Amino acid sequence: MHTKTLTELAQGLRTGEFSSIELTQAFLKRIKQHNHLNAYITVTEELALQNAKDADLRLSNDKADLLTGIPIAQKDIFCTLNIKTSCGSKMLDNFIAPYNATVVEKLNQAGAVMLGKLNMDEFAMGSSNETSHFGAVKNPWNINMVPGGSSGGSAVAVSAGLAVCATGTDTGGSIRQPAALCGITGLKPTYGRVSRYGMIAYASSLDQGGPMARNAEDTAILLQAMAGFDEKDSTSVNIPVPNYCSGLNNSLDGLKIGLPKEFFGEGLNNDVAVILETAINEYRKLGAEIIEISMPTLKLAIPAYYVIAPAECSANLSRFDGVRYGYRCNNPIDLTDLYTRSRGEGFGKEVKRRILMGTYALSAGYYDAYYLKAQKIRRLISQDFKNSFTKVDVIMGPVTPTTAFGIGDKMDDPIEMYLSDIYTIAINLAGLPAMSIPAGFVDGMPVGIQIIGNYFAEDRLLNIAHQYQHVTDWHQHTPKGFE
Amino acid sequence: MEWETVIGLEIHAQLATQSKIFSGAPTAYGAEPNTQACAIDLGMPGVLPVLNEKAVHMAVTFGMAIEARIAPYSVFARKNYFYPDLPKGYQISQMELPIIGAGHLDINVDGITKRIGITRAHLEEDAGKSVHENFHGLTGIDLNRAGTPLLEIVSEPDMRSAKEAVAYMRKLHELVRYLGVCDGNMQEGSFRCDANVSIRPKGQTEFGTRAEIKNINSFKFVEKAINYEIERQIELLENGSKVIQETRLYDSVKDETRSMRSKEEANDYRYFPDPDLLPVSIDEDFKAQIKAKLPELPDTKKQRFKTAYNLDDETATILSSSRQLADYFETVVKLSGCEAKLCANWITGDLSAALNKAGLEITDSPVSDIRLAGLLARISDNTISGKIAKQVFEALWQSSSVADDIIAEKGLKQITDTGAIETIIDKIIAENVGQVEQYRSGKDKVFAFFVGQVMKEMQGKANPAEVNKMLKTKLQG
Repeated sequence: MHTKTLTELAQGLRTGEFSSIELTQAFLKRIKQHNHLNAYITVTEELALQNAKDADLRLSNDKADLLTGIPIAQKDIFCTLNIKTSCGSKMLDNFIAPYNATVVEKLNQAGAVMLGKLNMDEFAMGSSNETSHFGAVKNPWNINMVPGGSSGGSAVAVSAGLAVCATGTDTGGSIRQPAALCGITGLKPTYGRVSRYGMIAYASSLDQGGPMARNAEDTAILLQAMAGFDEKDSTSVNIPVPNYCSGLNNSLDGLKIGLPKEFFGEGLNNDVAVILETAINEYRKLGAEIIEISMPTLKLAIPAYYVIAPAECSANLSRFDGVRYGYRCNNPIDLTDLYTRSRGEGFGKEVKRRILMGTYALSAGYYDAYYLKAQKIRRLISQDFKNSFTKVDVIMGPVTPTTAFGIGDKMDDPIEMYLSDIYTIAINLAGLPAMSIPAGFVDGMPVGIQIIGNYFAEDRLLNIAHQYQHVTDWHQHTPKGFE
Repeated sequence: MEWETVIGLEIHAQLATQSKIFSGAPTAYGAEPNTQACAIDLGMPGVLPVLNEKAVHMAVTFGMAIEARIAPYSVFARKNYFYPDLPKGYQISQMELPIIGAGHLDINVDGITKRIGITRAHLEEDAGKSVHENFHGLTGIDLNRAGTPLLEIVSEPDMRSAKEAVAYMRKLHELVRYLGVCDGNMQEGSFRCDANVSIRPKGQTEFGTRAEIKNINSFKFVEKAINYEIERQIELLENGSKVIQETRLYDSVKDETRSMRSKEEANDYRYFPDPDLLPVSIDEDFKAQIKAKLPELPDTKKQRFKTAYNLDDETATILSSSRQLADYFETVVKLSGCEAKLCANWITGDLSAALNKAGLEITDSPVSDIRLAGLLARISDNTISGKIAKQVFEALWQSSSVADDIIAEKGLKQITDTGAIETIIDKIIAENVGQVEQYRSGKDKVFAFFVGQVMKEMQGKANPAEVNKMLKTKLQG
């Protein structure tokens, strides 16, 4: 059952082939069985079974949504009422959220069954899921490899069949990179398309929640339920949500695909490059026109990102002070001691590194040189994309320079780690939507291709991804031992 | 050496919105600790601020009243610092692009009008409160106030004495209450002041080093704190030391200011634009709507009272000092049909005295505008004398009856029947032959004695004009 797509399962629930309870039980069993992957931080078994019971009733009353009764899981960055919401941190290990994030609320409304909360890099800061307080997550394609991050738990849960689909968040590549490294489909929506309310903030101007699933169609269904204006999030955009499924089968004839030459230069692994070439060829066959473009500002994305994101994070994480909730050090002697030790002991190394970088970048005397300059670069990058979209419909390129690297390989070299997001970060700075879809394997490890669209072109991206998946089967591969 | 004082004020006016600036929690004062703080005010993980439009409305209203530039585009910024009553570890405020730009306010000190520049006014959220009592060496945190909207109004360093500073503060206090954007309750902290004070040798153009005195919450204390600070700085400079730039606190019990932190210890607030909030755009339509609803402002009203009602400057100033008092006055004039002067005298006289004594505001007056008008109408149509009116006023204060009923019930109607008055006058003249002689021999003063006797005999109800007229005729024989 776990290798079936969401659409197939929704069908099965309707024909009575199985009930949501049965489906949920099957997934719960698999979660236990593959516990060693460490994909989940919290499994909400009781709640899941209750959700499933409610879903079965709703299905029998014919009031069901496509997601009704489908076992999904939430990245542990989304607040869930009365359930631990840790954000992968010791700081929030004891935090029971008093409210639901809008995304959680929407999926509950749709009748989805929540299996639990998924592992992630601490406060979404990381590209390998190794910064989690709850331990590294293992890639099901090779358990010695990282799954990517920060939504590593989400990617692994979908790829290993421990959830039908999952939510993720993407600040610099955190949906797309793990999706690519685990061989699944992930979409980072346009900034403002999915509400950030209740999604614990890392870098507010870059963070965006999105769907992760087995294929483009499932991704479309999940996005449909997640997207929409939310009056509780001032940065969410009040424009209607289109039907993401209705255009999936549109023809790609005449589609103009731009390939920025900067994406294919030094740093890109040769084998990955070959896979990309093959995928591009596939698109050519589907009727697309391939146009080489140049985006000179792309190389500035990483430095700009590592000023803006830490700057925002340094303020966003100030609320974790040991005063009202979360980790508090033992026997503080005074206020300074309470702050210093609660934060010193509650946050991990990478989080502290980014808080320090951000604090530095915003300090008196450095603000103009770092923060303001980074914002200027950000505008240039957006402009570069805008110019490109006057020439092409979508832009394609790699998601990651290599396939998944080994657990522990890059933990001592932050710069090397940061470079694994080199192809994804610019998209967040521009606020554009982008997808990662499976395109092949190198030495048994999955490789993804990235499709970047213009603002609010999620429907077009899904269509382009779906058409590719129609003629390829990379998305249908299942890691050995998880069939 | 002769010194010149330079003062600039930063005033925090709490905006009178029902809910907080970035959440839906109520702003009412005095509730049980932490009962008026929602997840957003508590800075829970994942929550986001949403701007209260009413707060923007009030800020723009204020901006228009001081003829300021209203920014078409303003930005909220995060002011970062750690404090237990600051839940997010940053305060949402405005830094580089405040909503209200330069404006001004005219003050009047010793009969001279002076224009005080207002640099800017910006929106921000208040912090919570640390409570030190009853926690046995620990500190309690009450977050009810966290997220309450504030308008921080920053003046130019245009004031040259504590007196001017107080006049400015009073004027501003009057204005925000007029506009209904702040309740002005200083005890509850709705209107607080930070004063920047420096001195320089008279004639020097550069400013001296300033000290900032934080959180002064009464007019009296502002005056005292500034005067203390001026003395302190003069003493320092005259003794050859220097004023250091620092933040000081005013201790009202000891009547002194003392150092809180120096510039070196000051926080680096690391302001940057808040990515959770969009810039605030204010268009011409929004401004036009507010302008249309802008009330008549104190200075304009005062001028109108002087010309339309022929009031003197002092009375017009008092009556225009609050919108409620001014409205009361105008309603009384309209309803009573009396001369404005009479109405003004009663309101600034007997009514104000009674309110002061009872510690009441005009809005809580036991004698409503309608009932006072009813009383004054009877004075002006001669039904009762001014003296009797005071009795009726007492009764109005005590009961809910109207003047006409009180007059009828107590038989206070003035006697204008000349026959009745004449009978009494004749009687008094007959009984006081000696005094009549005195009067006739030129002692005019005795006239008052006769008036008094007649009034006494008639229990004060005789029409005084009539009594005067008749007595004069009769006494002249």
